[in-house]
Amino acid sequence: MTEILSFQNVSFSYTPDQPDKRKAVQNVSFSVNEGEWIAIVGHNGSGKSTMVKLVSGLLFPQEGEVRVMRNVLTEENLWETRSNIGMVFQNPDNQFVGATVQDDVAFALENSGVPYEEMVERVHTSLSQVKMDKFLNHEPHHLSGGQKQRVAIAGAIAMKPKLLILDEATSMLDPQGRDEVLKTVRELRKEIGLTVLSITHDVEEALFADRILFMNDGKKYAEGTPSEIFALGDKLIEFGLELPFAMRMTKLFQLKGVQLAGQHMTEEELVNDLWTSNFNK
Amino acid sequence: MMEKMIFGRYIPGDSFVHKLDPRSKLVFVFAFIIVVFLANNVMTYAFLIVFTLLVIFMSRIRLYFLLNGLKPIIFLLVFTFLIHIFFTREGDILFELGFFKIYEEGLRQGVFISIRFLVLVLMTSILTLTTSPISITDGIEVLLNPLKKLKLPVHELALMMSIALRFIPTLMDETDKIMKAQMARGSDLSAGPMKERIKAVVPLLVPLFVSAFKRAEDLATAMEVRGYRGGEGRTRYRQLEWHWQDTISLILLVAMTILLVLYRS
Repeated sequence: MTEILSFQNVSFSYTPDQPDKRKAVQNVSFSVNEGEWIAIVGHNGSGKSTMVKLVSGLLFPQEGEVRVMRNVLTEENLWETRSNIGMVFQNPDNQFVGATVQDDVAFALENSGVPYEEMVERVHTSLSQVKMDKFLNHEPHHLSGGQKQRVAIAGAIAMKPKLLILDEATSMLDPQGRDEVLKTVRELRKEIGLTVLSITHDVEEALFADRILFMNDGKKYAEGTPSEIFALGDKLIEFGLELPFAMRMTKLFQLKGVQLAGQHMTEEELVNDLWTSNFNK
Repeated sequence: MMEKMIFGRYIPGDSFVHKLDPRSKLVFVFAFIIVVFLANNVMTYAFLIVFTLLVIFMSRIRLYFLLNGLKPIIFLLVFTFLIHIFFTREGDILFELGFFKIYEEGLRQGVFISIRFLVLVLMTSILTLTTSPISITDGIEVLLNPLKKLKLPVHELALMMSIALRFIPTLMDETDKIMKAQMARGSDLSAGPMKERIKAVVPLLVPLFVSAFKRAEDLATAMEVRGYRGGEGRTRYRQLEWHWQDTISLILLVAMTILLVLYRS
């Protein structure tokens, strides 16, 4: 497995001259391999956003190393690294640069000096990959939030990045838009084997991940598969996160005295357990 | 009010004028603005009017729509006309009432200047009506390109303009939202004396500015992460194409200029 991204004992503080203050990110290590979907979860102020800034080279760590494609991220290789990373931000409006959908998708390509003919081809391919090819000439204010985020994803994958970062990309969307975006990301992963790093406080989104990184107060609290992480149960709630809907339902059922096998991550698992629960008596 | 203003609005279409390259349209309009000043007698002004009507016809914009949109500038038109009538004192007296006199030259000047003004407004309106703002920006960027040698940040200016245009609807929505939010808290924007109304705008502008700055910051981050490093080494996705129609329209303008030069007195 090829390593795409890794943090090695990374620490970062916004106020390095005040060492007694808590650091935004403290001694965090993890790695992302090719083809994986990693989710970083944590409540506000847990250091998630700082980590994104460290990956994209908007900030540099005071201690430790951030490696992208096995190269340590420095000022010198910053622009090269950025062309390997596609990012989708939180606010759909504030990341739409172009006047129309196709202009926006072409923006990063223009920046890296891709020739015109290739640009046209890549814009069309990536827009059809996110199923927005019918909206080529639409202006941003005529699109829904979910559609704008899909355009942002198209703009990112047009650069053929090694890593796609979703920085709370679904948090400002309505449920429908959120499902749209997550479905697009899942399909893209199947189609082009994209590596995804998603930063979120939406637990339902984190469920799609292969691994979850649970951040608290700038430290990595836990790392593991979704079932391992959500098995922490009350700990998560204590740190200001919600459990997935199915797990909350299971809890409520158990309180009512319904006998259920155990932890369910998805609604389907819960339903299956529910309708078979009587057989086990 | 906003619906009636046509100045600066774009109406999509596929007429001859719509399809022209923004560069040729910009050059055309700027040259026309200068050419207009060549006209100085009945004949040459008649040429100007016919020429303008021809362009309007080719742009397929309904004359009624165009004239209707000119309503906001009628006041200016009448005002310049009256100024000339009252203050030019040359030629024979046509009309006299006490100390109030209208001179022949005054009437002539008034009519001419009004026509000049009207023709200019019509031409520039046709430019903006048939060219999308983003195309105009592209055209300006390419036309100003030689000025890069003089260290004028042409690319940056064009990008700023296109981002400004792209954010107009977004900020309009935002204003609307803030207005409703303030109205829900009892702020009254539509009634009361002027002073009160101006005061009521402040709680509207402050949140708007705050959010605009936040947006600007987000946008800058997004642009940087997407590899924006200024105009150096950038390719263009929007390509401008010069067709034979563009050459023809410029030739038409030259022909018009020659006519004006020949017939002016």
